[in-house]
Amino acid sequence: MPVDSTLVGRVFPPTRPYTVTREKVGEFATATGAAGAPGTAEKVPATFPIVLAFDAMNAFLAAERIDLFRIVHGEQKFHYERPVRVGDELAVTLTVASLRQIGGNDIIGTSSEIRDASGDLVCTATATLLHRGEAEGANA
Amino acid sequence: MNLTAGHIFEPQEFPVTRASLVQYAGASGDFNQIHWSDRVATSVGLPGVIAHGMLTLGLAARAVAVWTDGAEVVDLGAKFTNPVVVPDDDTGTLVRVAGSVKKVEDGLATLALEVTVDGTKVLGMPKAVVRA
Repeated sequence: MPVDSTLVGRVFPPTRPYTVTREKVGEFATATGAAGAPGTAEKVPATFPIVLAFDAMNAFLAAERIDLFRIVHGEQKFHYERPVRVGDELAVTLTVASLRQIGGNDIIGTSSEIRDASGDLVCTATATLLHRGEAEGANA
Repeated sequence: MNLTAGHIFEPQEFPVTRASLVQYAGASGDFNQIHWSDRVATSVGLPGVIAHGMLTLGLAARAVAVWTDGAEVVDLGAKFTNPVVVPDDDTGTLVRVAGSVKKVEDGLATLALEVTVDGTKVLGMPKAVVRA
């Protein structure tokens, strides 16, 4: 079933505020190649905001009744206004930026604004998601 | 740390096994079945369980952090052009991240990256911009 084309431009409600903890950052750093035990001085990895962006995406997929297992990540970009720091309280607002249909698949473009507790923009995460149609075979 | 245009960094290699995928799933909250179930992965036309694209990009970001002593990242991104298939064995697969300084301008260094598995590029146009 193709994704509803009226979705373009829709802004989803902000996610519940997320507090960045040292433990979570350490866990994420270890899972993305940090050698040895995560130190307390560990900086927040540049891809960490995906934890929040993914949450926002899940909410969007659930609202649109799109199966996660039919989604393959096509592209991801992060643009930072300032680094994410331990202690930040962040919330994400996801916008569906574009939608195209190619060969029974949907190509969904999203833009997620990640803002801190004062409402200042910290990072913009843009993603392209490939939604595989149900009759679709291998093309990856 | 050498952030002068043309500098080539020491490539970084990261082994990725099914255990790495489980670990990344837990750390990121991405429990998409295509990253742990061959049955589901093949049902949507994938060759088998594949690594999270964001794990591969995360490893590229780690390489950048190592090369630049944790310089502040301003931009990071890539296309996920080829799936990284992770076999269900003890060795998994090896992700290799190579990189160089493309240009330095206005206090920002643009790094060109090349992320490969067995010599095949898995990320399209991976790029990082860090504060020099």
